Amino acid sequence: MLKIDNLQANVTASGADKPILKGLSLSINAGEIHAIMGPNGAGKSTLGYTLGGRPGYEVTGGSVEFDGQDLLALDPHERAAAGFFLGFQYPVEIPGVSNVQFLREAANAQRASRGEPALSGGEFLKLAKEKAALLRMDMEMLKRPVNVGFSGGEKKRAEMVQMGILDPKFAVLDETDSGLDIDALRIVGEGINAIMRKPNKAVLLITHYQRLLDYVKPDFVHVLAGGRIVRTGGAELALELEEQGYEAVA
Amino acid sequence: MSELAPLPTRKDEAFRYSDLDALAGVWPVAREEIVVPTGQSTSLSVVEEGEGAVARHLLIEIEAGAKFDLRILNAGNVFGRVAVDVRLGEGAEFTMGAAQLGSGAQTLEIVTEVSHEAPNAISNQIVRSVLGEQATGTYLGKVAVARGADGTDAGQSVRAMLLDRTATANARPELEIYADDVKCAHGCAVGELDATGLFYLQSRGLTPPQAKRLMLQAFIAEAFSGAPEEDRLSEAALARLGAIL
Repeated sequence: MLKIDNLQANVTASGADKPILKGLSLSINAGEIHAIMGPNGAGKSTLGYTLGGRPGYEVTGGSVEFDGQDLLALDPHERAAAGFFLGFQYPVEIPGVSNVQFLREAANAQRASRGEPALSGGEFLKLAKEKAALLRMDMEMLKRPVNVGFSGGEKKRAEMVQMGILDPKFAVLDETDSGLDIDALRIVGEGINAIMRKPNKAVLLITHYQRLLDYVKPDFVHVLAGGRIVRTGGAELALELEEQGYEAVA
Repeated sequence: MSELAPLPTRKDEAFRYSDLDALAGVWPVAREEIVVPTGQSTSLSVVEEGEGAVARHLLIEIEAGAKFDLRILNAGNVFGRVAVDVRLGEGAEFTMGAAQLGSGAQTLEIVTEVSHEAPNAISNQIVRSVLGEQATGTYLGKVAVARGADGTDAGQSVRAMLLDRTATANARPELEIYADDVKCAHGCAVGELDATGLFYLQSRGLTPPQAKRLMLQAFIAEAFSGAPEEDRLSEAALARLGAIL
């Protein structure tokens, strides 16, 4: 589903031009859940943003093939329409724009670009209610402006509601577990499983900690350090990392 | 200013950023007088979105305890100017919400003078400008509080969003206070659309124009919020935003 080959990327935001990803290769098949762990500054978030097409993250080499397409040639909204979803580590507040309006427009924009008919207001609300319930989120919150006044945990649950509504093929979830208390962690973990653990979908979890992986069992765990994958293993690698730290394992 | 008033020049403060050539074509500007009698409340929506140059000058007298709600959509003209002079009686209330939406070489301006001449009157002005290409958007707003107009509550909130570096926003909120017990707040900001927010919206599938329109819609919403004709104004503004993007 996703094939990253020798990916090199620089962060060019705010005047800097710094190589962060230095030849990262990774293949993810449909039906798989992968976790990427690594120390601060290893390039984990840069990987997420580069795959999402965020301005300021410049690809200097390598390729990314997504579902047979050149992902890097697509604009961010085209990546979304192709079935790519990026869960943000820091979901952005958009004052004055309600979640419901935003998500309905987003869902219908994706559908339009795939040649599918638009969801009516009623159809959309039914879908939104179902996904909000899955993440134990009050529908009233979805009528409020996007992420404004949401706690850290609410923002992450809202991200997962968005993912449920948009129904991507592939999701990169960047530290979706940060800022969650124990109950919210379980709810988010179960939400990821319900939405994404399917034979035709795949997930890349970016995380610092083992704890999310108790709920979302990864098929593969990779250690990212210095802009490359330095080690790959099964779910047990995450436990080993938790015990011994990155330095010992990588 | 009478019918015989000479065409203003750049030296006239109220016309400092104006398009004087376009103004010449519509000069002199007729004065439209509105009186809101004691205790009554009325509203007016001014929508300027035609092709030609337009200049209007409203003189509004709001008598004691009366209320007036003015909303302005200043968009779509080569030159659009709305001047508003307001005099507030005791305990009177003036609300103004305005959006100026411009692109191309448009010059849009709102020039207000709000006089609190008696105690306990309230005035609140909200101006939101969205300016692309070489457009110029100006707000010149003076609030004058006369001696003895204690208990005055006056607000001016002025914000402009520049879609291109070539667009210009001028904002000059001004206070002239001769009373002791007054509450006057004014704020003014000029900015660009938040790039992180735009990327966030696009990452969910909105095209760049859709993402911008959604954020700009939110930006100007406050100007028409609570207006009797909120829906009509918002729809007209949205259509104009779509054209700008």
